Amino acid sequence: MSKDAEFKTSRINPKFRYEVVKVPGGENLLHCFQCGTCTSDCPVARFSEKYRPRLIIRMAQLGLKERVLNSDFLWLCASCFTCTDRCPQGIEVASVIRALKNMAAMEGRIPDVFKVILGNLLKTGYIYEIPESRVRRREALGLPPLPKVNIEGLAKSLQNLDIKRFLEVSAQKSSEAKIWV
Amino acid sequence: MGVAHKYVFYLGCAIPYRVSSFEVSARKVLDRLGVDLLEMPDFNCCGLPLEPLSHELTLILSARNLAIAEQTGLNILTLCPGCAGTLKKTNRLLKENRALREEINKHLSGAGLEFKGSIDVKHISQALIEDIGLDAIKRAIVRPLKGLRVAKHSGCHLSRPKKYIGFEDPENPKALRILIEATGARCVEYLGETECCGSTIAAIDDKISLSLVREKLLHVKEAGADALITICPACHIMYDANQMRAERMFGEKYGIPVLHYTQLLGLAMGMQPEELGFEELRVNPSKILERIGEVKSRA
Repeated sequence: MSKDAEFKTSRINPKFRYEVVKVPGGENLLHCFQCGTCTSDCPVARFSEKYRPRLIIRMAQLGLKERVLNSDFLWLCASCFTCTDRCPQGIEVASVIRALKNMAAMEGRIPDVFKVILGNLLKTGYIYEIPESRVRRREALGLPPLPKVNIEGLAKSLQNLDIKRFLEVSAQKSSEAKIWV
Repeated sequence: MGVAHKYVFYLGCAIPYRVSSFEVSARKVLDRLGVDLLEMPDFNCCGLPLEPLSHELTLILSARNLAIAEQTGLNILTLCPGCAGTLKKTNRLLKENRALREEINKHLSGAGLEFKGSIDVKHISQALIEDIGLDAIKRAIVRPLKGLRVAKHSGCHLSRPKKYIGFEDPENPKALRILIEATGARCVEYLGETECCGSTIAAIDDKISLSLVREKLLHVKEAGADALITICPACHIMYDANQMRAERMFGEKYGIPVLHYTQLLGLAMGMQPEELGFEELRVNPSKILERIGEVKSRA
């Protein structure tokens, strides 16, 4: 066993699984019997050394809270939902993984790109800042103006959500961060 | 022209940011088919890209769009399967779960909005097949694309998760194939047709997402297709705009033109490439246009 794969039982949080099932999307975590359909059918797992949906589910079941929520591989799920559609136990696997991402996000563990798109949303209503050149190009192509966003109305709808917490630790200065490769 | 079809048009974020060619061609072909589009009077991101942060945030964002669209009394039509899927899922969750609906409506009420659950959401492919109909599409074809061999990529969110989308079988999606064949083109089969394009993790790990792009393009090439046809802005970005990135990363040459379905349909309706946003494409589409020229001269 490699050093990396070892873990101490003292690092296990046996109550973690009950936290996960309370998060929307995480409800069916305990139904997983580790058949491995999700991992064997996962397009990302074929090209990643680290991303294994079955392993993430098992770690969550066992209570390896810190390992799961701190991992970078959690964010590699492409949300293709192949695992969700094929799980013989009817678990929405991608939703369980999304629930784990939501838990990590609540603790401020968020890849920068999400802070950028959230910042754009609050500013423009879109997840991008649509450049002026694109707006002009729309005109040249004969397209109607961009749909208007009632930013105040949007802000009011979001005011009771504690979304600032997602932005607080923002390390990203520019909204020009690579959103697409 | 048969029965008029009217929808409220939900544009989404990716299309105005990078994929105007899809919008231009879609508006042209829908207009030709007698479809009337009303612009969204107010709008925000559907919420899908932010779901990794907060499911609740996504529900509020999509419910807000649904509540705005409901005021028009029209069903939503969108070109983006990601938007369609998210709006559909929220629509269904809030229609079925009263407690959740009330909770989300509390957020919306501050801005004078209410989700009632009075409309449906359709992706363009679903509207073309279920509402407009193949007969109307075939009647509008003036230049059948006989002799053209294309491959299709339907994209994950058009049919997954099946429980919420319910439009077609994700293990054997047929809608795009049927729509392509209506233009007279042949839709060739290839290995891994339902594999993901990797766009959602492109900003997290470009090696993995471009590996998915590479695999898809190699399989399409092997099948001898003249072009790859998409019906999703995100998939299109991966295969068209990012094709050169994949070529650089892997030191290979794919040279596969990638067209929006609406561009293919527009050509079959006799429209010119410049009307359909062809100049916006990154991979040179002249190969496929020449083929169509050949087809025309033979006809």
